[in-house]
Amino acid sequence: MILLGFQSLKMWFSHFSKHSDPNEVQNSPYELLSLNQRSPYRPAVSSTHDWIGPPNPLSNLRPIVYRVPENESELEKRLRHLRQETEDWNHTFWTKQNFTFNKEKDAFIFSQLNSKGLTVRDEQGRRRALNSEEMAVFYKGFLDTNRIRHANYNKEWYRRNFTITLLMARVALKDIWRTVSERRRKNNGTPAT
Amino acid sequence: MYKTPCCRLSGLVGLSVKQKLLQNVPQCNQTARSLVQLHRRDPSNWLTYQHLNFLKRQYVAKNNSELHQRAIPKPAPALTIVDERDDSIERQVQRIPTIDPVDTDTVSLSEDITSKAQPGISTLKPDTEDAAVQKDSVSSTLVTSDETPHVQVETDEEKEARLDRQWKQLKVNVADLPDIYAKLAKIKLTALVVTSAAAGFAMAPVPFDPLLFFVSSLGIGLASCTANSINQYFEVPFDSNMNRTKNRPLVRGQISPLHAVSFALACGIPGVALLTLVVNPLTGFLGALNIFLYTCCYTPLKRLSITNTWVGAVVGAIPPVMGWTAATGCLGQGALLMGGFLYSWQFPHFNALSWNLREDYSRGGYRMMSVTHPGMCKRVALRHSVGLIGLSTLAPVLDVTTWTFPVISLPINLYISYLAFRFYRQGERSSARKLFFCSLWHLPMLLLLALTCKKPRRDQEEPALPPASLPLTLQS
Repeated sequence: MILLGFQSLKMWFSHFSKHSDPNEVQNSPYELLSLNQRSPYRPAVSSTHDWIGPPNPLSNLRPIVYRVPENESELEKRLRHLRQETEDWNHTFWTKQNFTFNKEKDAFIFSQLNSKGLTVRDEQGRRRALNSEEMAVFYKGFLDTNRIRHANYNKEWYRRNFTITLLMARVALKDIWRTVSERRRKNNGTPAT
Repeated sequence: MYKTPCCRLSGLVGLSVKQKLLQNVPQCNQTARSLVQLHRRDPSNWLTYQHLNFLKRQYVAKNNSELHQRAIPKPAPALTIVDERDDSIERQVQRIPTIDPVDTDTVSLSEDITSKAQPGISTLKPDTEDAAVQKDSVSSTLVTSDETPHVQVETDEEKEARLDRQWKQLKVNVADLPDIYAKLAKIKLTALVVTSAAAGFAMAPVPFDPLLFFVSSLGIGLASCTANSINQYFEVPFDSNMNRTKNRPLVRGQISPLHAVSFALACGIPGVALLTLVVNPLTGFLGALNIFLYTCCYTPLKRLSITNTWVGAVVGAIPPVMGWTAATGCLGQGALLMGGFLYSWQFPHFNALSWNLREDYSRGGYRMMSVTHPGMCKRVALRHSVGLIGLSTLAPVLDVTTWTFPVISLPINLYISYLAFRFYRQGERSSARKLFFCSLWHLPMLLLLALTCKKPRRDQEEPALPPASLPLTLQS
């Protein structure tokens, strides 16, 4: 029931943001949660510029609404899809990362306080915090457990970043070539008339 | 780091003008905001008390963001007055829509995510903000997210209007470009790198050539800009998640990644070419090597292994070596000594800095000594601080400076070693901070003292004479 609700909301968002393809079906709860917690407002797709929005509270990444130019070429379409997909993938990763980090941090603090025989909140109702040395144990543990995952993310991110930039360069060069050749054709055209 | 006086003044002026406007003409929020935007171009300008101590800017920034965090309980309309580039406020306010009415478990967790999305230096910061959040969450479950429109339509509209304004077109504003490029190239860090290279140049035992000095400084500066830009290009998602770096141009989308890479190439190719062709090939080679080390070794290694710190120290050590080779054309012992000073200095500097950023590094997945090997972190900082004393003593032995240098540099070297020792023993935020701030003034002082004690050049006209005059100079 809840899943149906999420799915329908997701369809509504993708329609509202006027992407030509709906986002690929994602089954992980983090993906569903993260995609639906994104900024509910997205501006209409412009044909001239990308829109960039405020940082998402879960992943701290800024969403972008990519421009769809008239007469979009195959290359530009490929670039746009790759950028959108990378953005979604990044968003999912960081949402999960931040979520897991905070969850495990809270669990750690809770267990440490318990072992000391303290309650989570003190007399004034404020949350007890551990000092930085005690927290350091958790930070080290978090990094060590997630080492392979971080390394894989890194590799994948570098690969995507390079591909996107290369594609952008190709699109830019094609644009320049097209403008230059159009201008040359125009210059060749006018003396004849 | 250092902010020029005029920038700070405009921030203060802007603040006072805005306040006056808001008091006198309430309906002129629009003009007030646009004026505020004009004066608050630089996101760090709203640190109005930063002029008190420019060295503490980094920490003041974090403190100020926490102050703003505590401003959450204010009613929503008041928040619209705040500068929309203030990410901390946006994030705090957006906390409310993330409350999912369906899944109550995620309510408290999503709050925590957003509240922890702003980790300040001190993880010990109480939790008046958390108490406020709990209160907020109770009241805000009535005000639900935009997905299911509900009771308070006005706040939703206001919120939508505000969210509307927060979306910006990715259009390059040419007037903004110099500022953007300065941030992209980390211009302040570049200036410090050029300064250390200049020190290397000045310490070289050759007549001072101003033109060569200028050209080599320019080339080294351009190479540094390239390295910094590529570094930012690689690290966009990581920078977004860390407080210290979330206002960088690529993170904020002020320019596209392609633009950043083009800028890097536009700086790097002329820079390295200038060094190779006008100065000498050795310096050009070192410049290219440094760019490679920084972008292709240090940046990826930050996430893979703690050896990144040592690679980073080498990257910092190369500029003075480049300054020396630019002046002399060869890699002498003095060059390596100057590089050695920077190399050793990096450890107390960086280890102390990273000590207080452990939470951010852990969450961002950075493998730093301070997080994974805290004991080693402290030991290495102490070892290299003491090593600076040794290097200072080595300087006259290698004929770089006179024997006065180790004597007059002993006080500052002892002081930094003392602070490093305290850091080693206590390992607390305050001792780390003290060590870091000491390292900021220690290096310029050390280089200045070295310059004043530079060994006077022997005359080159009579090459037969030096062996005879050598015992004389040693005795003097």
